[in-house]
Amino acid sequence: MVKLNQLLVLALAALMSMSVRAELVVEVTQGVESPTRIAVVPFANDSGLALSEDVADLVQQDLGRSGFFEPMARENMLGFPSRRADVYFRDWRISRMDYVVIGRVENNASGQLNITYELFDVLREESLMTEPLSVPQGGLRDAAHFIADRIFEELTGLKGAFSTQIVYVTAEQLSAGKQRFRLKLADWDGARAQTILESPEPILSPAWSMDGSKLAYVSFETSKPSIYVQHLATGKRERIQSFPGLNGAPAWSPDGNQLALVLSRDGNPEIYVLNLQTRELQRITRHYGIDTEPNWSPDGRSLIFTSDRGGQPQIYRLDLASRNLERLTFEGNYNASGRLTQDGRFLTMVHRSQGGGNGFDIAVQDLKTDRVDILTRSGLAESPSIAPNGSIVIYATQEGTRGVLSAVSLDGRVQFRMPANEGDVREPAWSPYLR
Amino acid sequence: MRVANFTKAVAITSAMILAGCSTTSTTTDGGAAGSANGGQDGAGASSYGANSGGVSAGQVVTREDLNQLQTVFYFDFDKAVVRQQGFADLEAHARYLAQNPTASVRLEGHADERGTREYNMALGERRAKSVERLLMVNGATANQVETVSYGEEKPAMIGHDAAAWGKNRRVELKYLSK
Repeated sequence: MVKLNQLLVLALAALMSMSVRAELVVEVTQGVESPTRIAVVPFANDSGLALSEDVADLVQQDLGRSGFFEPMARENMLGFPSRRADVYFRDWRISRMDYVVIGRVENNASGQLNITYELFDVLREESLMTEPLSVPQGGLRDAAHFIADRIFEELTGLKGAFSTQIVYVTAEQLSAGKQRFRLKLADWDGARAQTILESPEPILSPAWSMDGSKLAYVSFETSKPSIYVQHLATGKRERIQSFPGLNGAPAWSPDGNQLALVLSRDGNPEIYVLNLQTRELQRITRHYGIDTEPNWSPDGRSLIFTSDRGGQPQIYRLDLASRNLERLTFEGNYNASGRLTQDGRFLTMVHRSQGGGNGFDIAVQDLKTDRVDILTRSGLAESPSIAPNGSIVIYATQEGTRGVLSAVSLDGRVQFRMPANEGDVREPAWSPYLR
Repeated sequence: MRVANFTKAVAITSAMILAGCSTTSTTTDGGAAGSANGGQDGAGASSYGANSGGVSAGQVVTREDLNQLQTVFYFDFDKAVVRQQGFADLEAHARYLAQNPTASVRLEGHADERGTREYNMALGERRAKSVERLLMVNGATANQVETVSYGEEKPAMIGHDAAAWGKNRRVELKYLSK
């Protein structure tokens, strides 16, 4: 019954075409009210090699882009210490810094690079953290994101998400009636973007497997929607589902063994769960209304989904064992595309207020108190996806006539946008923690 | 059998007219109502059919007639009810399909950009299915009609205003073979 076609990627060449320059960049538009002041001193290069990346600069960018930190500009630094003995706390106090990071890069015997970094509390004049890392020469960017993650966690108590990636879809109008869609994979900050699928027909709803090794998405490349699973390491992919009608909204179960999805093969859109090992398909919803956009609770025991069974799209939760159905959203006349944070407490969604006209925004609902906070004022927001540390939601919106990605922290204090240099950008999906 | 079918057809069609009347006056009706044939709100589907496009009820629909028929049908926001302006031409398409069993059409459902992509995918399909149902109660058979939804992925008009939205909430009827 379930068709399983092993396919190679249409254009393997597209897979290999790493674009040299980043398409997206992160611009913080609103940070926390009194951000922590930190100086990331340029790391000394004692390796004797020309390094491909400025590690300290990348660490500083990560911390600055989080919105929680205000990094010190290099030109204002009174010195560039790279060893503990050279750190004069008085200087950094005069510069009103809370923290200082120093580091150095050296060669080691096995041809790799050793990076040592150290974080200091300026007021207390003490070292908070130091760590040696060994990385291949091409791994400096990864090392920088790793260091930023460690510092971020040490100072905020929140796990950093700087080593994560995002996928997104770009759409370009080539000529009348001719479009080009690309599925792209990039670091969270837009760097190292690569095209992993290109098609003249729509691509949408990319979803990460929980181990970060695979993506499921919907592609119209056969002129009808089908669900594909693509392995990121090899580019190999399979067509998982192509029934007549809708095949959409794939979502991986937390254990990676099942895919929730939407099919309309029985007449109208219903939620199904596909067991990826046995290929057994189980129908979950039975209603003449639209049921779509399934997502798993972090414990894998229930699904949340969008349904218009009450007359307008609202978000529901279905307990898979008891089949108990519960409506979650009551504020607003349009709530869709629900996602839960990893602790299961907060629900993010696309929301339209009662009498809100045409404004579609990103909102977050505390499922303990049912308090709803509207996080954006963008008007055409969609596709919210939560960073694995549960602190930031990335989403798609419109700026002028173009689709762009933006992000906002769940507490609304930090906002940033990710402008692209061409085309419409949409359908962001934030990876889980990788490696 | 025939009688039963006919009764069913009438019942469904009148239900749609009623539904159509109750919704045409509501919500955002962004400038897209204007079909090629115009037509007055509130006029019955059959009388409208007799006045339009030179194809009247009961007649044989020729291949040439098809060129004069509307092939794009518009919808209200978050609705999948075929507006009555489209009924007469859809009936003519259905008659052509009934008279030409080898002919077939593809119905492509679309939504405007507001709301989420997957919900709009479902909405586009619901619209295509509404048109499919109208074709089938008027004589087309299941194997002559296929539906696909593109959701908001293929707008007919680029823009972020009521005019563009109105043009994008649509079903396009395309002949795969005549």
